[in-house]
Amino acid sequence: MSGVRTEAEPVLELRDVTVTYGTSEGPLPAVRGVDLSVRPGEVVGLAGESGCGKSTLVGTVLRLQPSSATVTGEVLVLGEDVQTISWGRLRALRWAGASIVFQGALHSLNPVQRIGRQIAEPIEVHEPDLAKEVVERRVEELLEQVGLAASRKRAYPHQLSGGQRQRVMIAMALACRPQLIVADEPTTALDVMVQAQILDLLKDLVGDLGVGLLIISHDLSVLADICDRVTVMYAGRVVESGPADAVFTDPLHPYTQALSGAFPRIGDPAARYAPAGLKGDPPDPRELPPGCSFAPRCPLAVDECSAAEPPLVEVTPGRPVACIRVGAP
Amino acid sequence: MTGFETGASAPSSTTGTPFLEARDLGVEFTTRSGASARALDGVHVSVQRGEILAIVGESGSGKTTLARTLIGLQAPSSGQVLLEGAPLSYSTRALRTLRSRVQMVLQDAAGSLNPRQTVYESVAEGIRLHRRVESDPDGRSEAELVAAALAEAGLRPPERLFLRYPHELSGGQKQRVLIAGALALRPELILADEPVSSLDASIRGEILALLLKLRSELGMGVVVVTHDLGLAWNIADRIAVMYLGRVVECGTTEEVLSHPRHPYTQALLSVVPEIDFLEPVVLTGEIPDPSRIPDGCRFHPRCPQLADGRAAAAGVDDHCRRTSLPVLPADGDHRVACHLDAATA
Repeated sequence: MSGVRTEAEPVLELRDVTVTYGTSEGPLPAVRGVDLSVRPGEVVGLAGESGCGKSTLVGTVLRLQPSSATVTGEVLVLGEDVQTISWGRLRALRWAGASIVFQGALHSLNPVQRIGRQIAEPIEVHEPDLAKEVVERRVEELLEQVGLAASRKRAYPHQLSGGQRQRVMIAMALACRPQLIVADEPTTALDVMVQAQILDLLKDLVGDLGVGLLIISHDLSVLADICDRVTVMYAGRVVESGPADAVFTDPLHPYTQALSGAFPRIGDPAARYAPAGLKGDPPDPRELPPGCSFAPRCPLAVDECSAAEPPLVEVTPGRPVACIRVGAP
Repeated sequence: MTGFETGASAPSSTTGTPFLEARDLGVEFTTRSGASARALDGVHVSVQRGEILAIVGESGSGKTTLARTLIGLQAPSSGQVLLEGAPLSYSTRALRTLRSRVQMVLQDAAGSLNPRQTVYESVAEGIRLHRRVESDPDGRSEAELVAAALAEAGLRPPERLFLRYPHELSGGQKQRVLIAGALALRPELILADEPVSSLDASIRGEILALLLKLRSELGMGVVVVTHDLGLAWNIADRIAVMYLGRVVECGTTEEVLSHPRHPYTQALLSVVPEIDFLEPVVLTGEIPDPSRIPDGCRFHPRCPQLADGRAAAAGVDDHCRRTSLPVLPADGDHRVACHLDAATA
């Protein structure tokens, strides 16, 4: 995307973030040392499967992690460390500094409240002095901004389709004019056509408003379509990152290669009757394999892979990869 | 990326009496306001033994209603379902026979398994219901049949999973347990509703490879209901694209996906992120409510080729708005329900 201001301060910066859940069966390391940044006007994708720690990471951005979780490292939103600031500062930052579009729009909206009311609520909390009519007008503008008729403010969530509900979620995220929006699987339950509509909407909003957008998805092809940069996580760690197109069309890490190949190129004769993917399941974070966590499922694994966790190394400029086999003969 | 062992790749036969067939199927629901909604409005589809058919469409296209009607969970308001050429009767006994020959694997593996039932119990339930121990040609016990089905579904060693509960399984394992439950009955056809949509990308390949393997090793046919065109490209022999209760395009997978002729199929394909041979056409709005099916071609209010004047240039725009289209036959040819296509073909 063109509107990235590289000289601008990042709106989100994660520095060596780890998240460990305390469970009755001992500590569970969900995120293990992640670095990530999002600049104004930039769209960054975070790819990975269930259990890789991506949703846990989203929670730390607004200090929404459960109390059983211990977070180390720095989570900087607009330069402030969210994990250590006072509750007062945190309240100001939520919605107005950064907002999150949660997974599952159906379950995130209140079923017994009209959607206009739900969009108005964060505005009223953050700007209690605004006149009622001003809030009302803002709600109508927001609905129109996300492609819904202003009159839909009187609708209840069940009267809307999945795509329309997702638009409402995005309108809510925009309500307090944040500089950072985090969208967790924004299109997962949607049909292809509606998915395309929502992705177009997000792209336009980033272009128009100059906000930073972090999108989480398990579908690398969706991220490649809309993002400037993509980071791929596996078992709590970053295994690869780089420009979105390059990561998708020329993936270097064997796990990224599997994600990229999971959805076939339609029309490619090689993919007919030949679905691609990986054998096995991601590891249990409590029982991580020794060395590289991906080694047990990796088609390229050698004995050495289980010796030590591979560091994230820049293989070519701007393309860090955590795999000892990349570049090796 | 890993390739999977899937065995042979071609369907066994494409002619003769279809194994399962829908003939001019209609399903009508009455909504609370009294209006009638035609979820299926005249559908012909057929599937041969050992064939993999993908029924493709968005939410609201009627694809799940079609699957439910094919397996007798929903009685049609008009038309017929035929099993090996014989019309389905809806007596309890006939339905039980149908379901031992045609098994459905439901969407959402996590929600379809009883959380308080072990894997063994989940798979054994169907075996008991259909008295498979009594009818087993090899005289196997119930435990042996359960183990065989789990192993066929790729859960090895099966005994290790017998006493597990669904919450102890991964998403891919749950999907396999559901497939094992269906396999245990030795069906001739499996009807799978979005079999991989709730699974992670890396798991999806394994489940699709399993469906292909069941076809090559057991001769099992598969009807897969999905909105995922990549899945269809991966495993299906033929495709029927549905829009608002009708099939709008059907043919072999290569015909429909490499040379799509219906503007709706073209639009659906164009928004798949990996597609680069079509300019993305993002349709506005969503599939209309089936209680208000538009006149003429049911796709015309959203049709990009009507909107940009191509239909008018061919002189068919009036037809698009007023003349309804015939129901497409399921004769195996590449068929398209579109006035513009008919005028320019």
